[in-house]
Amino acid sequence: MQVSSSLRESLITGGKTASDVSEDISRHVENKPTQLWWMAFGVSLVLLGFGVYTMSMTLWNGIGMWGLNKTVGWAWDITNFVWWVGIGHAGTLISAILLLFRQKWRMSINRAAEAMTIFAVICAATFPLIHMGRLWLGFYWALPLPNAFGSLWVNFNSPLLWDVFAISTYFTVSLVFWYMGLIPDFAVIRDRAVRMGNKTRAAVYNALSFGWQGGARTWMRYESVALILAGLSTPLVLSVHTIVSMDFATSVVPGWHTTIFPPYFVAGAIFSGFAMVLTLLLITRKVFKLEDYITIYHVELMNIIIIVTGSIVGIAYITEFFIAWYGQVPAEQYAFINRAFGPYWWAYWSMMTCNVISPQLFWIKKIRTSLVATFILSIIVNIGMWFERFVIIVTSLHRDYLPSSWSMFYPTMYDIGEYVLTFGFFFAAFLLFAKFFPVINMAEVKSILKSSSEKKH
Amino acid sequence: MESNKNFVLGVFDDEDVLLHAVSKVKDKGIKIHEVYSPFPVHGLDEALGYKKTRLPIAAFLFGMTGTSLALIMQIWMLGYDWPMIIGGKNFVSLPPFIPVTFELTVLLSALGMVATFMIVSDMKPYKWPQQFDLRSTDDKHIMAIDLATNKMSKQDIGAVLKDSGAQEVNDKNF
Repeated sequence: MQVSSSLRESLITGGKTASDVSEDISRHVENKPTQLWWMAFGVSLVLLGFGVYTMSMTLWNGIGMWGLNKTVGWAWDITNFVWWVGIGHAGTLISAILLLFRQKWRMSINRAAEAMTIFAVICAATFPLIHMGRLWLGFYWALPLPNAFGSLWVNFNSPLLWDVFAISTYFTVSLVFWYMGLIPDFAVIRDRAVRMGNKTRAAVYNALSFGWQGGARTWMRYESVALILAGLSTPLVLSVHTIVSMDFATSVVPGWHTTIFPPYFVAGAIFSGFAMVLTLLLITRKVFKLEDYITIYHVELMNIIIIVTGSIVGIAYITEFFIAWYGQVPAEQYAFINRAFGPYWWAYWSMMTCNVISPQLFWIKKIRTSLVATFILSIIVNIGMWFERFVIIVTSLHRDYLPSSWSMFYPTMYDIGEYVLTFGFFFAAFLLFAKFFPVINMAEVKSILKSSSEKKH
Repeated sequence: MESNKNFVLGVFDDEDVLLHAVSKVKDKGIKIHEVYSPFPVHGLDEALGYKKTRLPIAAFLFGMTGTSLALIMQIWMLGYDWPMIIGGKNFVSLPPFIPVTFELTVLLSALGMVATFMIVSDMKPYKWPQQFDLRSTDDKHIMAIDLATNKMSKQDIGAVLKDSGAQEVNDKNF
């Protein structure tokens, strides 16, 4: 009894049945990892090792190991922090906002996107933590804990403190949301393990699934929880990058002190997040042969979101420039002229090319449905978004009000090393996730098989 | 576990057939123990006559707890315990307290609701579920009928299940 719409393209192709879905997705958890997996995991561990070395050196000797100076006090660290947090926006956006809008195409991609979110937020949190210098005292500086100074409490008026609460809440809620989605799928793997007679795996996945049984009453509550979590996560996603942007926007530094930052940062976050989701999913799809689940149609829809958010970001760049001119504040005007034509012109124009011009290519249907073009453009977008944060942070700081203190920023091996650290961690964690967890939400995909699957021919 | 719990299981592979079957079986006066599905079936909770879950209320109450805790914490810490002049502003000014209040509202609401869900659904990592049919997490919907709560005989219930579209009728004893 297939009821397929002729107006919309199928979300799941290949005439899959529910048990095909279990088989296709669980197989990767049950089989031994391939050689390619081991190679990729090995490379990630090498990157991670190098990163751990540079991080230990920084923690041991202090953040003087970085290229920061008195004028440029924030550079790669905060650039990387904002970049990773931005990437971490796509997962919860896909699973929460698209759930509220009843967009069924989220179902094949939400699991991997949420995993990516969680790992990206961990990567992001690394930078402010290391930047605190004495990491082991960080709890007292960042959390309202009673201490021996009075208690001298943290400053709740500071956006940096809002960040602590926003990022940790976002991480926790995303983790819970992701885990809730995983519970029924862990039970699938458990029951398959029971049938295969693999007792250890059955016990491990039963513990992971909290003894899930899938009764109608539990499903009813489960759906209610998922809907409310989505409702809670939607403003949460928007609040996180808003608060990150307030780290800059509430300051009085020309180039940072703009009210456009919150929406502009949120759009940028979604933009880079979707680009990273595409980069990762195109690889996962190929390696795990998930072409029937993550179709060209899914890729196309994500590319459309990239056009929309990329255009918002482009308009924001132009608006900033316009307001700097229109506002008639000389310091503000100088900050923007210096951005585009000063010593960091190459960073500014890299950002403009990668973020404003390149996503416009997706207007052409041939390009947005081409996997190779999407893969290349998704990487270009993320390079552009890194430059965006670098431009905002470094070019606004490096020439302040006092020309005698003007300076440039040059990264050291330790700046680069800690960026490499997060890449090593991110890919290692994603590979472990892809090996041990089902990469596609089986329960949700099974629920749309009747309405959105290709007819059997 | 005692071995005197006897169940009749109806195995369905289509959710629409299952929904019709639930009302047919209920019309015959048979009490359904529970239906186990690989994915949520819309309308099944109503067909089975379940009351709407009150988890949204729990989420709201936990959220309000978060809001109050966050506000009390910030007002007490910065307003009374150790007031500090920051930018010449009032000790207690609400707007800068909103972000932390919002985050704690969401955090407590989400964690509290999920914890409540786990408790009311009796989900624990060390608990093995009563598994009626392993295919209920794969592709089959399993309707479990407890013989102890029904007056009809096993054969009669089986016939009703077959009649309402069950692919297989099995029995399961615990």
